[in-house]
Amino acid sequence: MTSLPQTTNAKLGLVIDLDTCVGCQACATSCKEWNTAGYSAPLSDEDPYGSDPHGTWLNRVHSYEVDNGSAGQTVHFPRSCLHCEEPDCVTVCPTGASYKRAEDGIVLVNPETCIGCKLCSWACPYGAREYDYSDGVMKKCTLCVDRIYNESFEPEDRLPACVRACPTGARHFGDLGDPESDVSKLVSDRGGFDLLPEFGYKPVNKYLPPRPRRDNEPPVPGLLQSPIDAVDSSVLDTPRDPLERFFAWADQMLSR
Amino acid sequence: MGQEEPQIDFSVPSADEIKTSTCYMCACRCGIKVHLKDGRVRYIEGNRDHPVNKGVLCGKGSAGIMQHYAPSRLNAPMKRVGPRGSGEFVEISWDEALSLAADWLGDVRAKDPRKLALFTGRDQSQALTGWFAQQFGTPNFAAHGGFCSVNMAAAGLYTFGGSFWEFGEPDWEHTKYFLLFGVAEDHASNPIKMALGHLKERGVKIVAVNPVRTGYQAIADEWIGITPGTDGLFVGALIHELLRTENIDLDYLVQFTNAPWLTIDDPGAADHGLFVRDDDGAPLCFDKKSGQLAKASMTDINPALVGRYQLSDGRAAVPSFVHLAGRYLGADYSPERAADVTGVPAETIRRIAAELADTAFSQQITLDIPWTDWAGRQHAKTVGRPVSMHAMRGISAHSNGFQTCRLLHILQILLGTIDCPGGFRYKPPYPKPTPPPLKPFGKPGTIQPGTPMSGPPLGFPMGPEDLLVDADGKPQRIDKAYSWDAPLSAHGLMHMVITNAAKGDPYPVDVLFMYMANMGWNSSMNTPGTLRHLTATDPETGAYRIPKIIYSDAYFSEMVPYADLILPDTTYLERWDCISLLDRPISDPDGAADAIRQPVVEPDRDVRPFQTALLDLGARLSLPGFVTEDGTAKFPGGYPDYIVNHERAPNVGPLAGYRGQDGSAFGKGAPNPDQLNAYIANGCFYRHELAPDQRYYKHVNAGYLNWAKDTGFNGSADPIVFQLYLEPLQKFRLAAAGYGDVLPPESHRQRLLQFFDPVPFWYPPFGDDGAIGDTFPLHAITQRPMAMYHSWGSQNAWLRQIHGDNRLYINRRTAATYDIRDDDWVWLSSDIGRVKCQVRLMDGVNPHTVWTWNAIGKRRGAWGLSDDAPEAKRGFLLNHLISELLPARDGGYRFSNSDPVTGQAAWYDLRVAIEKADAGEAEETRPRFDPLHRPDPKDLPEAAE
Amino acid sequence: MHPAYSVIVFTTASGAGYGLTIWLAIAALTGTLPQTSAVVWLGFAVALALIVGGLLSSTAHLGRPERAWRAVSQWQTSWLSREGVAALVTFAPIGVLGLSLLALPTGHAMQSVAAVLTIIAALVTVYCTGMIYASLRTIPAWNQELVTPGYVLIALATGGVLYVLVTAFVAQAPLAIGWITCALLAGVGVLKWFYWTAIDSPSPAWTAEAATGLGTIGKVRQLDPPHTQANFVMREMGYSVARKHVARLRPMVLLTLCAAPMFFLALILTVAGPTAPLWAVLATTSAGLGVFVERWLFFAEAKHVVTLFYGAEAV
Ligand SMILES: Nc1nc2c(c(=O)[nH]1)N[C@H]1C(S)=C(S)[C@@H](COP(=O)(O)OP(=O)(O)OC[C@H]3O[C@@H](n4cnc5c(=O)[nH]c(N)nc54)[C@H](O)[C@@H]3O)O[C@H]1N2
Ligand SMILES: Nc1nc2c(c(=O)[nH]1)N[C@H]1C(S)=C(S)[C@@H](COP(=O)(O)OP(=O)(O)OC[C@H]3O[C@@H](n4cnc5c(=O)[nH]c(N)nc54)[C@H](O)[C@@H]3O)O[C@H]1N2
Ligand code: SF4
Ligand code: SF4
Ligand code: SF4
Ligand code: SF4
Ligand code: SF4
Ligand SMILES: [Mo]
Repeated sequence: MTSLPQTTNAKLGLVIDLDTCVGCQACATSCKEWNTAGYSAPLSDEDPYGSDPHGTWLNRVHSYEVDNGSAGQTVHFPRSCLHCEEPDCVTVCPTGASYKRAEDGIVLVNPETCIGCKLCSWACPYGAREYDYSDGVMKKCTLCVDRIYNESFEPEDRLPACVRACPTGARHFGDLGDPESDVSKLVSDRGGFDLLPEFGYKPVNKYLPPRPRRDNEPPVPGLLQSPIDAVDSSVLDTPRDPLERFFAWADQMLSR
Repeated sequence: MGQEEPQIDFSVPSADEIKTSTCYMCACRCGIKVHLKDGRVRYIEGNRDHPVNKGVLCGKGSAGIMQHYAPSRLNAPMKRVGPRGSGEFVEISWDEALSLAADWLGDVRAKDPRKLALFTGRDQSQALTGWFAQQFGTPNFAAHGGFCSVNMAAAGLYTFGGSFWEFGEPDWEHTKYFLLFGVAEDHASNPIKMALGHLKERGVKIVAVNPVRTGYQAIADEWIGITPGTDGLFVGALIHELLRTENIDLDYLVQFTNAPWLTIDDPGAADHGLFVRDDDGAPLCFDKKSGQLAKASMTDINPALVGRYQLSDGRAAVPSFVHLAGRYLGADYSPERAADVTGVPAETIRRIAAELADTAFSQQITLDIPWTDWAGRQHAKTVGRPVSMHAMRGISAHSNGFQTCRLLHILQILLGTIDCPGGFRYKPPYPKPTPPPLKPFGKPGTIQPGTPMSGPPLGFPMGPEDLLVDADGKPQRIDKAYSWDAPLSAHGLMHMVITNAAKGDPYPVDVLFMYMANMGWNSSMNTPGTLRHLTATDPETGAYRIPKIIYSDAYFSEMVPYADLILPDTTYLERWDCISLLDRPISDPDGAADAIRQPVVEPDRDVRPFQTALLDLGARLSLPGFVTEDGTAKFPGGYPDYIVNHERAPNVGPLAGYRGQDGSAFGKGAPNPDQLNAYIANGCFYRHELAPDQRYYKHVNAGYLNWAKDTGFNGSADPIVFQLYLEPLQKFRLAAAGYGDVLPPESHRQRLLQFFDPVPFWYPPFGDDGAIGDTFPLHAITQRPMAMYHSWGSQNAWLRQIHGDNRLYINRRTAATYDIRDDDWVWLSSDIGRVKCQVRLMDGVNPHTVWTWNAIGKRRGAWGLSDDAPEAKRGFLLNHLISELLPARDGGYRFSNSDPVTGQAAWYDLRVAIEKADAGEAEETRPRFDPLHRPDPKDLPEAAE
Repeated sequence: MHPAYSVIVFTTASGAGYGLTIWLAIAALTGTLPQTSAVVWLGFAVALALIVGGLLSSTAHLGRPERAWRAVSQWQTSWLSREGVAALVTFAPIGVLGLSLLALPTGHAMQSVAAVLTIIAALVTVYCTGMIYASLRTIPAWNQELVTPGYVLIALATGGVLYVLVTAFVAQAPLAIGWITCALLAGVGVLKWFYWTAIDSPSPAWTAEAATGLGTIGKVRQLDPPHTQANFVMREMGYSVARKHVARLRPMVLLTLCAAPMFFLALILTVAGPTAPLWAVLATTSAGLGVFVERWLFFAEAKHVVTLFYGAEAV
């Protein structure tokens, strides 16, 4: 079981647009909300109304400041399981509870057989696995398997909860194994990248980079100058006071 | 090897039943689908068909379950038995609670109805609460608008009949350039996010003007880290550049604005600066075609925008545009001067002005939509200048917010971008006349015991004659709205009610009745002072200065222990509500829409919807309209009964959809007993889509204007003329100069002369005034976190994990000059107090500014949290530092800390000094108040598992 | 990495237990086992107690201990599973060896076979334990060549100290094994020294820029963590120990785990006498303390790649 499938029929995953994400946390709370009663229910909370409230979340939104050489950039950065193609989080698991589905490549934890040894969370460089202290088993993004194939849902709702909720449309779901899919095209158009590619886990999820800022664009030609500045005022009999010049222009424009 | 993949049942249905309703985790009013399983709420998702959110749901909305099952919920009506603030209550029955309230209010109404002050906070039923006040007969009513964003509402409504606040939005589909001023989140939480996503998809340039770079500003193509309170000058400099480079739409000004209207130029005369009008009061312009004065509304004329003309009485007059051009072309608005004050380089200002001009004029768009204007002229196409803007509290929460917001509108109008494709579009029922033809009621002598007021308490004064002041200029309302202190305070001044009531200034009240406003904490300026006012007693009698306080909340907020009678509300999932076109509807530019909430689960405790309780109270008081002829309750079925059957005017009720006996009418129609079912069947909303030829240029579009008149939105189909030059302000100035019948007291004259300029201008916010600015070098502002709604997210087990405490953010370089490092504890001080907090350094913040997330800090014991909750231990409020009053002026009078025109609370004028805490000091916030005592913890319902 | 006591106890105790069985087996094989059943009883009791205690402690560390049996199923890919299998398998030769030493005459072939198998199985088990850590690429401080040899060496060294302890009470000090243990303890010191040098290497394996992929834009700094209170990931993997503690604890490891036991052992082996048991207890106590601190540091000093998302600049 913890052997990785040789190939998967599809590579389902998410594409997250760092250029568009505003850090609103909708993907994080909608994920919590769906999954706390979903396949890996519950997602427990420790000390929920006390001094140290923390709990199990499958998706978290970070924020960073990046020094881009000029004014800098703030980047909001949602992070959940990347459903890697060759992740050690599966192979290290002693019980087979951690597995990658041959069908679609989704990496799951079987809540019935997990012993809560936490080793898989150690093996994940992306912090995508969260141990549920109360439930005693490992939890992780399920790519909402209980939504995307859920036949009791309208077809357009067969989407991960986080994608369904995201107000800015910064999250996309699809088959990254199919070069013709919308998500694959988006990735190639926008230069989508892997997190820590050198690590060799081959993440399926991709991130779209923030686009360069446009705070340094060359001024629109011609529009910075007053048209009257442009002509030689000794030749034309134009008033020199800006207000008078402006009035002359306004008057002339409206009399046309 | 061995094991098979486990079999997973993919198709577990998520619900036994799915009910639609409207979210209330914030004021955005998104449509939701609530999944119910085994009688409990299992999941809430966005309703795809809903016009507001089209299926998406924000971080708060997705945490609604935990709000509903929060242990902080109130259980039953309560009567205070210990001293105020002690939290000693006894639970009482609803009948006892309502008859007690009816006794208190009946007494007030019989003697002097003004002694009831009814103020509501996050109220989505203002059509009802305002009507209650009116029928009760008290002018002392307002919702939270006065401390929220009345600067935006008033500036917009007086200028172009819409506003950034709620009544319009950019044409997201067509715009090619988007300027965002001072917005962290706004009421349109989801629509703005959805729109930003679309702009990104289309590669539209987004420019964000904001001292802080987080959230929306983080994804902007350009961030302009302006110094707080200086946007007016920045915008003025953009206008300067557009005028200087002759990049404005003169024809647009002539057609749609009062730019050509002549103003009397006769300094020293009683009508100096007023419009030249004919005998019918119609404004005149100078027609270049005929060489004569002409009615400005005529269509076959060629009005002059510049020049100086002689009136028949020999006096001179100039088109109002001359005042504008003169002001903004002056050196005061040069990019260089603006750069010094705003911190935005002059080249940047010039470049942005050029980009605006380029987009508006060189990238004009034309839609194939023919339309007809008010004068019957046909237009084969709809032409647009695709520059759009949005602005909110970064502009409004300053004492110069009204004029700054007007400057923004001037910029939009000079570019010709109002309600055109790609510009800023009205949402029906807007546009309204500039301003809407509604005057505030409550003038001296009109308030009679036991009698309703003859009109609603809130409205739009057109001059001193509309103020609610007595002959001495004394305010008539408890919040001093519509007085010389704040003449155009169209939403009242909720932030002043408690202070004024405790001081008996202008007079004491007997009952303070509040709903859904946490005035004991994050919603008040000067929280410590407010708590003193709430508990202040008369030294002689020992009685409370505010004798009786009734409050409706759903949770154990910081305000609850300070009330005498608690009316516990349901949660938003347990009640009917009505999001009405009479109030703040859910329309979009292409359609008028309203919505309802339906109870998706039954209340599991002794709570009642506030509106139902209010209707009951109205009936117990026999208020006209609340009882039938024979004195029985008119709406025995409570709020849903009222929603369906109440008629504000014949055939006009709270809901516009499915009216008439057969449910086919929109807007006007007889009450339909099946209306709520029809709404439910439609997903709990109704949207009437405008015909394509009604969608743009609504202010002058015959198709739209006629429809708006027929639907009852507007009284007439007259075109709406943009008021670049705001004559009512000039009237106040003239009064200050001693002209007219209603004159301000001496103490107010200078202020009126200075700030009531009919041509918008920039002045430094009051917080920057000399001494304050020098002693307190930094600006301090707050931002709304996207995952929290004011105070009420902290009781939510999920949301409080995201924002369990708050930091003070400070620019890395600025911090270095104070030797402050990341995670250090610091003292922040203002003219009224000190707060201790922990810092986080960042680069994306204006160097003269510190900021924090709003309303994260909590008082110990509140909200069902433990006393050592991080919200109370490390979380802090800036409110403790913000005075509700400005320092005393000559004569000792203290104006409220508000915009002088509208009375909008100037939260973001705050100036502070910063100082490192001593190494040995406790790593905890200060000040810390005594823990609040929750009455009956043993009865706490179980939290969600 | 959070230094969980259950895991520290597990790895150190079971390591020492396996080390001890290895020495018992070697002694049996080489005929140097003192000819008294007390040594066998005591030796095997101590070894099994440590092994079983360690395994129990590791089971207690599980979220669902009642399912622990499932852990042996994935030996094909999982070092943890392999360790479980090896640990279980090892009980067989150990049992046979112990019983045959008690029941069969000295030099019986069964003893030799069982001894060889015990040595192999125990070594494999300890090797697997080491590999659980060494195979984690996410933790550069563990993903080192010296980690597994370190586990084996420490198991043998601490096992050797225990062997001396066990024999010291009932018989002559075991000269050869004693001196070998001294050498191993010295080896541990050298190995740890190289290990620490390796993990202190100033060129970090991973940076925040690489983790977030934002390095193409520039230097990355965390603005805010996702939540205000630490989550599981940071509680488990975000542990960081102050430099000044490290600077104090490393010499302490060298002193208590290596130098002091070596000294006591040398004392026993050279001057010996009736005080030998006392020195042996001191050697064991010191080594026990030392190995505990060594293991605590092994966790506490190890930085996990995931911390790069939570504010660490480099790992
Ligand atoms: N999630 C969430 N949504 C909310 C609310 C909430 O509490 N939480 N509250 C609702 C309410 S009541 C309101 S009124 C709206 C308010 O919505 P917003 O207007 O978005 O309110 P603020 O968070 O006050 O945002 C003000 C922004 O202006 C910036 N700012 C401050 N001073 C200046 C200035 O001088 N110039 C400029 N250009 N910018 C400045 C601040 O940095 C901040 O980003 O949001 C509503 N929506
Ligand atoms: N420093 C600083 N202070 C500010 C601001 C700022 O930007 N900075 N912003 C100001 C602005 S714009 C606003 S609008 C105010 C907002 O302040 P408020 O209007 O006071 O909003 P909340 O803090 O959300 O408190 C509303 C109260 O309603 C209660 N409530 C929630 N749900 C229900 C319900 O269903 N029924 C009833 N009856 N009660 C309910 C909550 O428990 C809470 O006590 O804060 C103002 N205060
Ligand atoms: S992100 Fe982590 S948990 Fe998910 S597959 Fe990759 S390694 Fe495993
Ligand atoms: S915690 Fe569960 S899923 Fe993870 S490695 Fe251990 S048994 Fe496998
Ligand atoms: S796909 Fe589902 S489980 Fe994964 S982050 Fe999104 S909502 Fe959570
Ligand atoms: S919901 Fe979308 S915009 Fe919001 S934090 Fe998640 S990815 Fe970003
Ligand atoms: S923006 Fe969020 S909280 Fe507000 S109404 Fe919409 S979903 Fe609810
Ligand atoms: Mo507000």
